[in-house]
Formats: sequence, C-alpha cells, structure tokens
Amino acid sequence: MNVDWLFDFPYRIKLNTDAIDKAVRGFAAAYSAFFDGIKMTLTSFVGAINWVLSHVPWFILVALVFFLGYKGHKKVRSGILYSILLCIIGIFGLWSLMNLTLSIVLAGVIVALLFGLPIGVLLSNSEHANRLIRPLLDMMQTMPVFVYLIPAVIFFGMGSASAVIATVIYAMVPVIRLTSLGIRQVNTEVVEAARSFGSTKLQLLFKVQVPQALPTIMAGVNQTLMMAMSMVVTCSMIGARGLGNEVLIAVNRIEISRGFIAGSAVVILAILLDRLTQGWFSEKKKEGGE
Amino acid sequence: MSDIIVETRHVSKLYGIRREDAMRMLRKGATKEEVLKETGVTTALYDISLQIPRGKIFVIIGLSGSGKSTMIRCFNRLHRPTSGTILFDGVDLMKLSKQELREFRRRKVAMVFQSFGLMNHRNVLGNVAYGLEVSGMARGEREQRAREAIELVSLKGWEEAMIDSLSGGMRQRVGLARALANDPEVLLMDEPFSALDPLVRKDMQFELLSIQRRLGKTVIFITHDIDEAFRLGDMVAIMRDGRLIQVDTPEGMSTNPANDYVRRFIDSADKSKVLTVRNIMITPVSLIKPDDGIDHALRVMRSNAISSVYVVDNQMKLTGILTLLDAVRAKRDNIELSKIILKDIAKTSIDASVEEIMPLAVESPYPLTVVDEEQRLLGIVTKASVLSSLL
Repeated sequence: MNVDWLFDFPYRIKLNTDAIDKAVRGFAAAYSAFFDGIKMTLTSFVGAINWVLSHVPWFILVALVFFLGYKGHKKVRSGILYSILLCIIGIFGLWSLMNLTLSIVLAGVIVALLFGLPIGVLLSNSEHANRLIRPLLDMMQTMPVFVYLIPAVIFFGMGSASAVIATVIYAMVPVIRLTSLGIRQVNTEVVEAARSFGSTKLQLLFKVQVPQALPTIMAGVNQTLMMAMSMVVTCSMIGARGLGNEVLIAVNRIEISRGFIAGSAVVILAILLDRLTQGWFSEKKKEGGE
Repeated sequence: MSDIIVETRHVSKLYGIRREDAMRMLRKGATKEEVLKETGVTTALYDISLQIPRGKIFVIIGLSGSGKSTMIRCFNRLHRPTSGTILFDGVDLMKLSKQELREFRRRKVAMVFQSFGLMNHRNVLGNVAYGLEVSGMARGEREQRAREAIELVSLKGWEEAMIDSLSGGMRQRVGLARALANDPEVLLMDEPFSALDPLVRKDMQFELLSIQRRLGKTVIFITHDIDEAFRLGDMVAIMRDGRLIQVDTPEGMSTNPANDYVRRFIDSADKSKVLTVRNIMITPVSLIKPDDGIDHALRVMRSNAISSVYVVDNQMKLTGILTLLDAVRAKRDNIELSKIILKDIAKTSIDASVEEIMPLAVESPYPLTVVDEEQRLLGIVTKASVLSSLL
C-alpha cells in the first residue's frame, strides 16, 4: 500500500523566486543614484576613520589602551595586559589590517547607535510601536547573518559600504532593546517626580530617563560593539578588507597558521573593545550608585 | 482670596474599557467589587467632593487600595479624573492646556513621594534645584534658592553628597527640600514618612509641622497611619474603597465617628493596646557577672553614669540588680557582691502589651527587665520609654 501521501505535504505553491530577485534588482537599478549616494557616504566615512587610525602612531594607541585599561579597571596590571595584547597584533604584522577592520566596526557601531538609540527611546515611550517593532527585532537577530549580505551587495555592491550596512542591521538590535528596557525600568516615582515639577517630555528624557538608564544603555552599546566585531569575518565575504579577509584567504588556501594568527588577532581586538568599554561604564555605574 | 484653596467636585477615576456602564452602576449604589465583576472596570475614586482649606494640613487617610494615592495625583494631574471638576484657586484643572498644566506644576504645587523619587545621578543640590531648573531659572539663582531650601530642612553641609550615601530620613529631607525650593502654594505628600523607621518618622513629622507653621503652606498629606493623621492634620478625611467616608477635625472625628469603620480606625490609634514590650524595650547599657568584684561594678556604674546595674550569669540568665547605694555600702563594710544583689525585681515577657505592663512600670523603682522563659535577659523597659511610646 502506498502511504507516501502521509509524509508528503499535500500542497505547495510555485514561488517564482526569479521574479522576486528581478524585481529587487530592478528596484536597486531604478534608485541607483540614492543607493550610490549612501554607498559613497559610508565608504568615505570608513575611509576617514581609517585615515585617522592609520595616522595615529602605534605607541600612542598602545598608550591610550594602557590608559583606558588602567582607568576603567583601576589596576596598572590591566593596563599593561591590554597594551601587551595590542602589541601582539602589531608583532604579527597585522597592524594596518587591524586598522581596516577597526574602521569598519567603528563606522558600523556609530551608524547603529545613530539609529538604535532614538529607536530605543521611541519604543520605550510607546506600547504600540513596541508591539509593532519587537517581532522585527527578533527577526533581525535570528536571521542567519549571511542573508543580510545578499541585499547589501545588490544595493551597495561589494566593499566596505555593504559591510557597514550588514553590520548595522545585525548589531543594532541590542542597543535598541537595552535602551528601551533601561528607560522603562527607571523608577516610576522618579519619573512621576520629574513630571510633577513640570518637566517637558524632552527634559524628562534627557535630564532624568537617559541618565538613570545609562548603565543599561551602555550595556547595550557594549553588546552592539561585540556583535559588530562578530560580523568582521562574515563581511569579508562581501569584500570588506582587514583581519576577516585574512581569515577568509587562509580558509581558501587551507593555511592553518595564517588563519590561526589572524583569528587570534580578531579575538584580541574583540577582548580589548569589550573590556575597555565595559570598564568605562561599570565605573560610571559605581559613581551613580546602586 | 477665599479660604478654600483646592476644591474637588464629584471627582471619579475609573480604569477599564466599559467606564460608562460602571459609572451607571456606581450611581445606582453598586460596590467596587460588583462593578469590577460586572464590567471589569476598577473604581479608584468615586464621587469625591472635598474642600481643602488654605494654609492648613489636610490629611487623607485610608488603607491601601482606598484610592488615596490616586486622589493626591489628581491634584497635580499626574492622574486625570474620569469625571468631575478640580478647582485650584478657582481655576479648573481639567481645562488646562499642556502648556498651562506645566506652568501650574512649576509654580503652584510640588510633591513629595513615598520612596523619595530622587535621582541618584545627581547630588543633593542637583535634586533640590531640579524643579527650578526645568522651569528655566538661571543656574546661580536656582542654586541659591536650593541652598536655602536645604538649610530649611536642616541638611546644610550635605549639598554635594550623592543620594545613595544618605539615610532614609535624610533622603526624605531632600525630597521635602526639592518641593519647598519651588515655593509652591500646595505641598502634596504621598505617604512621605511610611518608608522611614519610627524614630526618624517622628522627627520628620515634627520637622514638617514646624516648617508648615513657619511658612504657612497648604499641605495635603496622605497616610495609612491614624496616629500620624491625628498628630499632623488640621483636617482629616477618611477614604475607603475609593469613596470618601468622613471629613472632620481630629477632635470631631474621635468624638463623632461617622460609622463603625471610622470608629475602628480611630481605636487603633490607642497605641498601648497595639504596642508590645518588644517595640519599646532598650538594651541595658552595661551588665556585670555575679563573680565580678565590687570595684568593677562601681566602675561600670560610674563610667556609664547610672545608679544600678544588672547582674547576669554566663548564660545571660538574670540574677538580679545591684544598686549604687548597696555597692558603696558593701565596699565600706567589705561584703561580697553576691550577697547584696536584689533578686526580687519586676520582670515581664517580650510579648506583653504596653497596656499590661504600665502599672508595673510606674510602680517599680527600677526599669522593668524583659526575660524569656529561661530567665535570660533580653532588654529593659524604662518609665521614660513607656511614657514616650504613648505620645
């Protein structure tokens, strides 16, 4: 007896994926001026950051890392440890690649914050917007990151601009969520007090809610930074140069040592970014109490 | 200028979708529970008409859920009543535009909160100056006025302290100073002292009274503590389940309670029935052991400036009391310490009510000792502590 019908889904539609792809490409072509504008802006933004980074003498960057590490963690040992870690990247000859990677990550994070912070504030204020946008955030966070690469390439071509766009989409979620959460969690009586003294909405936001939520918001910024870092290797697939590209080359050529060294550099960079920003905001938090 | 500064007329506040239906039911005399069951609407306030006299302390008392916190938030429109009118110096609060409402909050009313509502990212001065800051006053002037308010609540010298470093009582002083800095006509106080421990609470009540008498501000004060209400209030309003039960002076209310509910509330004010020894006992400043020498006992009494000392053994079991007179005599006649201990002294248990022990405490020449079943000394009750507990 034939029982295949039990296990085959009885109905399927024939999706014309070609048509969809064509439509998207057509859209990209039709508004190419708009997308080119964005691409130009982003590329020159990344270029500018890279220019600055590559004109900072290495010892100044090392000193800066020492200073931030010392200041954030109140220990000379942390400062020394972090600057040694940074030196390791230089010793392996990856300094300029690191600058390239860093400029894409920083550009991505800055754009993500530029959009993420206001969206977070908006969501904290409106239950309606919150319900609307939350599924979108869930989707942005769980969608396999490679999927973002395709539209990024279609609209912005290969290169650092698409890398920034993909990074922004992927990394923006935590700062939105935690900004919104932080502001919601501000003590109701503190908010009531501010309102009862006749604060305008903006005064309430900037004099009370944001400062009170700062530790949580900064945790979101830190998360965003970390997620941007984790996109580095993925973005090298769409032509982002830097450490990620080095890893990609090593994979293609099966050069284990090259891959391992570049990989380690990515890890070190991520650790440095994490610890330095974390130290900064946990210190802030202590000042503010709790 | 009329003597009534704030007046509410038939103010109701309902939460839920079917408010119209709920209102109809309430008008027909339905209770809060019936309305909730039938329509799903919560009745926070129903038909409150109040007149609040200028320059007086007006206390609203009720248990949690009686609507008193909702009521006070209607006076500065943190909550908007569902229906009814609130007149502030003849101005209808319900008709204010957003802009007018902000101005009203900046100039006319200021609020003090139960858990203080202070911003821990600012220091004391920054918190106190907040109200003036949002109203656009220049830095120099607002800090000057904030400093004056801080002095008024006896916090001078703490201007730069961070909020988290302050005790509860001091935090509420900051809250009070913040409200006073705006020089409002009406102070709204939402259970301001409930989160404080009893001694600090009394201090703060006294502080509030003296400030109010000096500045002559109108104060609307919320509490669930009838003692606090009677101590502070020129007028007291009792609320229950969102309705107003009675408004009267404390005297008028005690002599003429509107119903049994009010009577029960007032009865609970007689503290001697409620307070137990546990609440008023204190730890003795010094103890000696039966085998300590007379000289040691004398030294202990002298250094603590007391005329008697309790004698306990190693298990903290109470042996008796040694008076200064006996000790001096014993030293002169060279008698052993254990022979002069007074063993017949008044004892009480920790759960005895203050009412029960009152006669004993008044008669006994020494403080009462509080012991457990095994005669271990837990603390002492002095005459002074019995009397002050009744205030």
